[in-house]
Amino acid sequence: MMSNDTPLTMPDAAAEMVRRRPLVLHGRGYRWITEHISGITERRAPKWWWFATVSSGLLALLAAAMFTYLVATGVGVWGLNQPVSWAWDITNFVFWIGIGHAGTLISAILFLTRQKWRTSINRSAEAMTLFAVMCAGLFPAFHVGRVWMVWFLAPVPTPMGVWQNFRSPLLWDVFAVSTYFTVSIIFWYTGLVPDLATLRDRAKTRLRKMFFGIFALGWRGSNRQWRHYEKAYLVLAGISTPLVLSVHSVVSFDFAVSILPSWHTTIFPPYFVAGAIFGGFAMVLTLLLPARAIFGLHDLITPKHIDNMCKIILLTGSIVGYAYTMEFFIAWYSGNPFERFAFYNRATGPYQWAFLGMISCNVLAPQFFWFKRCRRNLWVIYGVVMCVNAGMWFERFVIIVGGLHRDFLPSSWGYFKPTWVDVCTFAGTIGFFVFLFLIFIRFLPMITMFEVKAILPEANPHHGHGPGGREDRR
Amino acid sequence: MANIFPREANRVFPQIVIGVSLVGAIVVGALWYYFTPKYVRVGYMPVQPVAFNHELHVTQLGLDCRYCHQNVERSANSTIPSTQTCMACHQNVKTDSPKLAALRESWQTGLPVRWVRVHKAPDFVYFNHSAHVNRGVSCAHCHGAVNHMPVLYHDQPQSMSWCLECHRDPAAKIRPPDKVFDLDWRAPTPEAQRELGAKLVKEWGVNPPVTCAGCHR
Repeated sequence: MMSNDTPLTMPDAAAEMVRRRPLVLHGRGYRWITEHISGITERRAPKWWWFATVSSGLLALLAAAMFTYLVATGVGVWGLNQPVSWAWDITNFVFWIGIGHAGTLISAILFLTRQKWRTSINRSAEAMTLFAVMCAGLFPAFHVGRVWMVWFLAPVPTPMGVWQNFRSPLLWDVFAVSTYFTVSIIFWYTGLVPDLATLRDRAKTRLRKMFFGIFALGWRGSNRQWRHYEKAYLVLAGISTPLVLSVHSVVSFDFAVSILPSWHTTIFPPYFVAGAIFGGFAMVLTLLLPARAIFGLHDLITPKHIDNMCKIILLTGSIVGYAYTMEFFIAWYSGNPFERFAFYNRATGPYQWAFLGMISCNVLAPQFFWFKRCRRNLWVIYGVVMCVNAGMWFERFVIIVGGLHRDFLPSSWGYFKPTWVDVCTFAGTIGFFVFLFLIFIRFLPMITMFEVKAILPEANPHHGHGPGGREDRR
Repeated sequence: MANIFPREANRVFPQIVIGVSLVGAIVVGALWYYFTPKYVRVGYMPVQPVAFNHELHVTQLGLDCRYCHQNVERSANSTIPSTQTCMACHQNVKTDSPKLAALRESWQTGLPVRWVRVHKAPDFVYFNHSAHVNRGVSCAHCHGAVNHMPVLYHDQPQSMSWCLECHRDPAAKIRPPDKVFDLDWRAPTPEAQRELGAKLVKEWGVNPPVTCAGCHR
């Protein structure tokens, strides 16, 4: 793989050491990438795709049915009630929003820091972000009870003269999440335009020609268009970057700004952001590892990509583990009996099972990634990321329900049990998420073709000439 | 297969964006103006069974508001006068005027005159007339210059934001209690009104509710 015909300017051994592992394997060139990625959307849909799409679509309809039932009957069909007035609904909201974080991190921050390995995964990670935010938005909208009243959250002039309470973090949340969704969808679409034009030019049927023709916005790939595109993409990356940090910080304010023991904590914003990136990368791997195997993307999503993602999961997972520990330390160090009780109760109370699930899935499971052999074994990786997916849900459950069920007054303590509607609603949103992702991989190029081409050695203007342009790929 | 869209099609996208934003702005503006109480309520002037002239009775003849709307100072509701109240005078005045036919019929049959209601607070709003008129809110603040209305009409929007305007800043409006039924009274200058209002608010401890449960009980 590393053999090289062109003369090197440094001693071979040293050059071997500094040489980076290539991001596209087996010398795949422009043509192969275009054919392979476009081909996924152009060939007839495989049987498994129909099966998976129909079954996840039916599961999504279950969520629709549950929400209809909730609207028709009342929010009491969920198991939440005093003292646990936020339960699975907000847990699921934070869970889905958190998953939505890896997309922007990969597309914006890794773009600005010139991490070339992002190119193979950014498109699907961003799509995943959008779908996760869609699932997330459903829960707070319906948990208000009267979903037709959610327009009250928008600061529009009305004859009521009611203005939103801008001192409430719940309102900040509305703006943070809607801004995030808007920017993410614009960013995603902008990055899609050149690839949509490729699909348009390859289209064999009038319908495809029409569809991709409309959405490619007349892209011809001229020098001027590329210059505009690069500028727009850079600006959007700049706008998205603070959102990676702000959105989950604001989500954490929903809790941190309250006065509830175990919620009222300054560590929440960074802790939530790290957790979101942690959970988001786990979900990226959850979706991409099967896609890679099914569609034969091994040359584009290489072991190096997977290795990098595993390292990020290890890092953020350790940050989250540190945060868990620090919460306990501060609870003890504060000397506040309520705060101490909240954490004592977290570790030993009736929700101990959720706490243990959280610790083992989020803190212990990623420790496998210290070992290179584990980062190379896809079965180990898949096991760990599934643990992380579950663990991040447990984390939100531990914080929300665990924080609420026993507060200051023992006479008002309670225990939350989900109803079948809670369970079916959450299952339904998982179906909705998978359904949207399946639709996406079927109809849109799941890997950014033109960006992957740009990191090939052929794209280097010094390709084959001198030290900057060594031919690395063979 | 050749591409379908010609070069000119490039212009369609900005045209759609501009078109949609223009139409959106017009729709929002139209809804905001034409679908709110300041348009749909103000100016409502139904035909009454008896063409009662407030200007004639109040400004020209000098009747006090409370002669007919007796309980406005004591009750949540301002009374609509009974036929008997009218007949106190009209047994002797204009006894055979054709304009008063409905009134005489009511007097004979004992069934009330079917007045058409002009001002109506929604059922989910608790409004108390006595609380307002006893603390310096004049009839004219909410009903307009009724003493100059030959035919009564809806003068103020009476929307929630309109209520809140005064609830948030009562000093701008309230007047001495003896001027509440003097509909033409004005403080000499806006500065004088503010000074007087501030004084009255302080003296009476006027603290109008601005929370939901203040009116939506």
